[in-house]
Amino acid sequence: MVGDLSAGERQRVEIIRCLLQNPQLLIMDEPTSVLTPQEVDILFRTLRQLRSEGKSILYISHKLEEIRAICENATVLRLGKVVGRADPRQESARSLAEMMVGQSLHVPTRERLAPGRPLLAVRDLTLAPQSAFGTALKGITLTVHAGEILGIGGVAGNGQDELLAALSGEVRAPAGAIEMDGQKVGAYGPTARRALGLLCAPEERLGHAAAPDMSLTENALLTGAWREKLVSRGFVSYAKARDFAERVILRFDVRTPGPGVAARALSGGNLQKFVIGREILQKPTVLVVNQPTWGVDASAAAAIRQALLDLAHNGAAVVVISQDLDELLEVADHFAALNGGRLSAPRPVPGLTMDQIGLMLGGAEGEPHAAA
Amino acid sequence: MDIGAINPVFLIASLMVAATPILLAALGELVVEKAGVLNLGVEGIMIMGAVTGFAAAVTTGNAWLGMLAAIGAGALLALVFAVLTQVLMANQVASGLALTLFGLGLSALVGQGFVGATPPRTEKLTFGPLTDLPVVGPILFNQDPLVYVSLALVAGIWWWLKSTRGGRILRAVGENHDSAHALGYKVRRVRILAILFGGACAGLGGAYLSLIRVPQWTEGMTTGAGWIALALVVFAAWRPGRALLGAYLFGGIMVLQLNLQAAGFRIPVEYLAMSPYIITILVLVLMSSNRGRTSLSAPGSLGRSFHAAG
Amino acid sequence: MLRLEKRPSPSQAWNYATPVLAVLLTMIAGGILFAILGKNPFEAIRLIFWDPLFSEQFGSYSRPQLLIKAGPLILIACGLAIGFRAGIWNIGAEGQYIVGALCAAAVALWFFPAESVLVFPLMIVAGALGGWAWAMIPAILKTRFNTNEILVSLLLVYVAEKLLAAAATGFLRNPDGAGFPGSRNINQYPSAANLELIPNTGLHWGGVAAFAAVLFTYVMLQRHILGFHVRLAGQAPRAARFAGVAPARLVLICLGLGGAFAGMAGMFEVAGPARLISIDFNAGYGFTAIIVAFLGRLHPVGIVLAGLLLALTYIGGELAQFMLSIPAAAIQVFQGMLLFFLLALDVLSNYRIRLALPGRTSEAK
Repeated sequence: MVGDLSAGERQRVEIIRCLLQNPQLLIMDEPTSVLTPQEVDILFRTLRQLRSEGKSILYISHKLEEIRAICENATVLRLGKVVGRADPRQESARSLAEMMVGQSLHVPTRERLAPGRPLLAVRDLTLAPQSAFGTALKGITLTVHAGEILGIGGVAGNGQDELLAALSGEVRAPAGAIEMDGQKVGAYGPTARRALGLLCAPEERLGHAAAPDMSLTENALLTGAWREKLVSRGFVSYAKARDFAERVILRFDVRTPGPGVAARALSGGNLQKFVIGREILQKPTVLVVNQPTWGVDASAAAAIRQALLDLAHNGAAVVVISQDLDELLEVADHFAALNGGRLSAPRPVPGLTMDQIGLMLGGAEGEPHAAA
Repeated sequence: MDIGAINPVFLIASLMVAATPILLAALGELVVEKAGVLNLGVEGIMIMGAVTGFAAAVTTGNAWLGMLAAIGAGALLALVFAVLTQVLMANQVASGLALTLFGLGLSALVGQGFVGATPPRTEKLTFGPLTDLPVVGPILFNQDPLVYVSLALVAGIWWWLKSTRGGRILRAVGENHDSAHALGYKVRRVRILAILFGGACAGLGGAYLSLIRVPQWTEGMTTGAGWIALALVVFAAWRPGRALLGAYLFGGIMVLQLNLQAAGFRIPVEYLAMSPYIITILVLVLMSSNRGRTSLSAPGSLGRSFHAAG
Repeated sequence: MLRLEKRPSPSQAWNYATPVLAVLLTMIAGGILFAILGKNPFEAIRLIFWDPLFSEQFGSYSRPQLLIKAGPLILIACGLAIGFRAGIWNIGAEGQYIVGALCAAAVALWFFPAESVLVFPLMIVAGALGGWAWAMIPAILKTRFNTNEILVSLLLVYVAEKLLAAAATGFLRNPDGAGFPGSRNINQYPSAANLELIPNTGLHWGGVAAFAAVLFTYVMLQRHILGFHVRLAGQAPRAARFAGVAPARLVLICLGLGGAFAGMAGMFEVAGPARLISIDFNAGYGFTAIIVAFLGRLHPVGIVLAGLLLALTYIGGELAQFMLSIPAAAIQVFQGMLLFFLLALDVLSNYRIRLALPGRTSEAK
């Protein structure tokens, strides 16, 4: 069944299905978000072949290096309006990015500190999938120290959601498989883990990280109930919840008329700032985020990444799961690849090449827990 | 109690008759659920079919016209449900319940003038020498036409879902309505048509009850047959052949408990009358507890509203 | 072409307006129905909605009936609303109501003829426990076996009805009743009777319980973390799990509360207005309460208003039956139409209607 194929294979099925209809114009929307670097090469070879046969290709993407590699003509859109046209072969990624954002870009910076004690230790975590088409986790082992950011890269569908669910407590694991600051939390639920300082931000904003029809105040209550002391003897203080929501809105520049607005009314970037800001303001000891900047405009993405860097700088341990390799290389101290539910051994980011990353993503260097 | 008074051949022949209304309704609902819609209004549609069919048959003197009227009534009521859930995005559970409550009330109203009336007879079909065969004869070759229609419907629906383009489109819509929409299939139209078909079947099943099985009209005469049909769809794992099996099993229980009552079985009547419902519950539990299998068979979009963005 | 466009936030104004509009539309549609039946629609509507409250002729009799009918509806609907908000569909309240009444009657008849101030409270507990237990069946089947609670709770209604018949003709039958089905008259047994508390108002302990249930539901949904979890689970199940809500626990609590409330309503009915256990003891309150819950927008205050309104249709319906020979079933049709219109108008709370002319591009938001 199609459900059993990998994401890259599924994408090839979709492309073949399109090509069977002998199109003159092929429109591709963010096609490489589910591909390893090697698979991207294969795709580009196919696209160049199609172009030489006289077909036209409309390639929609936010990955500026790819656009520069394969496109001859680029139109930049912002908020539904055309804001620029260019020949990408003659522009740099930075100039294209600045056309997208409309202002000069601020690249997040931080000084790297020496890592402290281990705050999150996952030992040989193996979990069966929760649904028929989920990914099993196989022997995941990782350690994150205070002040460290671990980046976990991987193409969608290789276990990212499952890993986050195991870390957040939505799915229970053997008690010793997950240890937080010395405590075995594997069997704890989300509330107990939050009490200890292990916070998570899932990938899906509407429906998972936040309830779409509830106000920002109620969504602040969703994860902040315990740590922000919003509940006393079972009764909720909505006044305190609103204060918390307002603090998040202020600190993270969430553009919204107020905390009473429903989550679904916010733009993607603003909601993402809220959802991540909500966790960061609770002063986690360990924070795990999944795709923190997907679908988010460039300036909001930069703000989120800076917030993650600041959090680590203040002594927390951060795990960033992302398909965006550029993002991981920017913020992470160590990089590991998630492939088919297995995690490769983490490697230090400085000095890591794209080729090595590609191989890790493809599973070639997939032996867990080799010397880091 | 005299167990010798129960004739097995007669039992089997009559269980087919008992099963047919539920089978018809279940087949219709199966198609509806395969398209991703949960219609809890089956009970209301069935009883409206029963009263409409009865009233039309008595008024015109023709049972077949009654059946047609029941099909029409079923489709009409289903149309209300379709508009509510597919056009107006209403909650499917609440809409189905509203339909049942409304149907139960309306049927009582319409049926008032027809209580005690005798409907025109429908003859059982005979197949010449085949009918006279010892065991198989009465069971397979001496039933009223609708029994055969229901069997044909099982085969027809099975074939249609599996092998035709229309069937595949319907299944795609039920599995994942967003993908189906992206592929250009008209999700709403497919669902509305499926709902109408389901209503027609349920209406026919109801008319079978009032015109052939009982045959009489009394208020509330379906006594939960619609709900049992819904349970049957789960039991059948959304497959027509298994719906047939389940319906006949259930029909068997119903007929058996009636016979046991008549034969003076030493359990009070009320407890025997409970048995079909309790057994349905047990069957539901058995089916659902095998989580992997059932959740794989259930159409992915079942019960969820579809709103095409933009 | 009319198109539906999702609103950024649900519209509060429409949330309040919809029930009122639904009632108005139902009156119109009901009027048409009555006209088809050959009755004067205006007179019928007046008999149903106006006369029971304000008529000199009938008012003094009908007004107390309002609380008598509304009490159980409101009590049951509160329990249902908590579950419905969580997406847990307890459709078998009618069955839980019956079983609660049976348990309470059994307790009363067990003590008979002894007089004690303990009997009544014990009956309340028995009624609540009976309804709770009957609701636990679908609850446990759902949490352990993932069985659909709609079908199980519904099928159990039929089982409960048969149990009621068995009780009325068998194990609860009045030994001094000359062989007729039906239990002793509990309303005439002082320790067990649920009598009117304030004369001519129709307020009995069931009404008090309904009021308490409204308060309880309001506080729980608006102020308690459990109420927040209920609302969250109903709107965004995945977010609820993320927040740490245990789905099984929620199912047990919601179905349990619904069953307990329905069971208590059954108890107050059998010890009060219904007087005894008989084969046709159940009047469909469990199902009408579903309409009350939806009409009241699953909100305690709305449920009070909706309960009073539907009680009015019951009483007015009886009046119309008496004065104009309108059949009783017409009222059930009326109530069903009310729910239809409500569901249909509900769309306006979440969606805007837009005119989209072909050939013109629609405006950006």
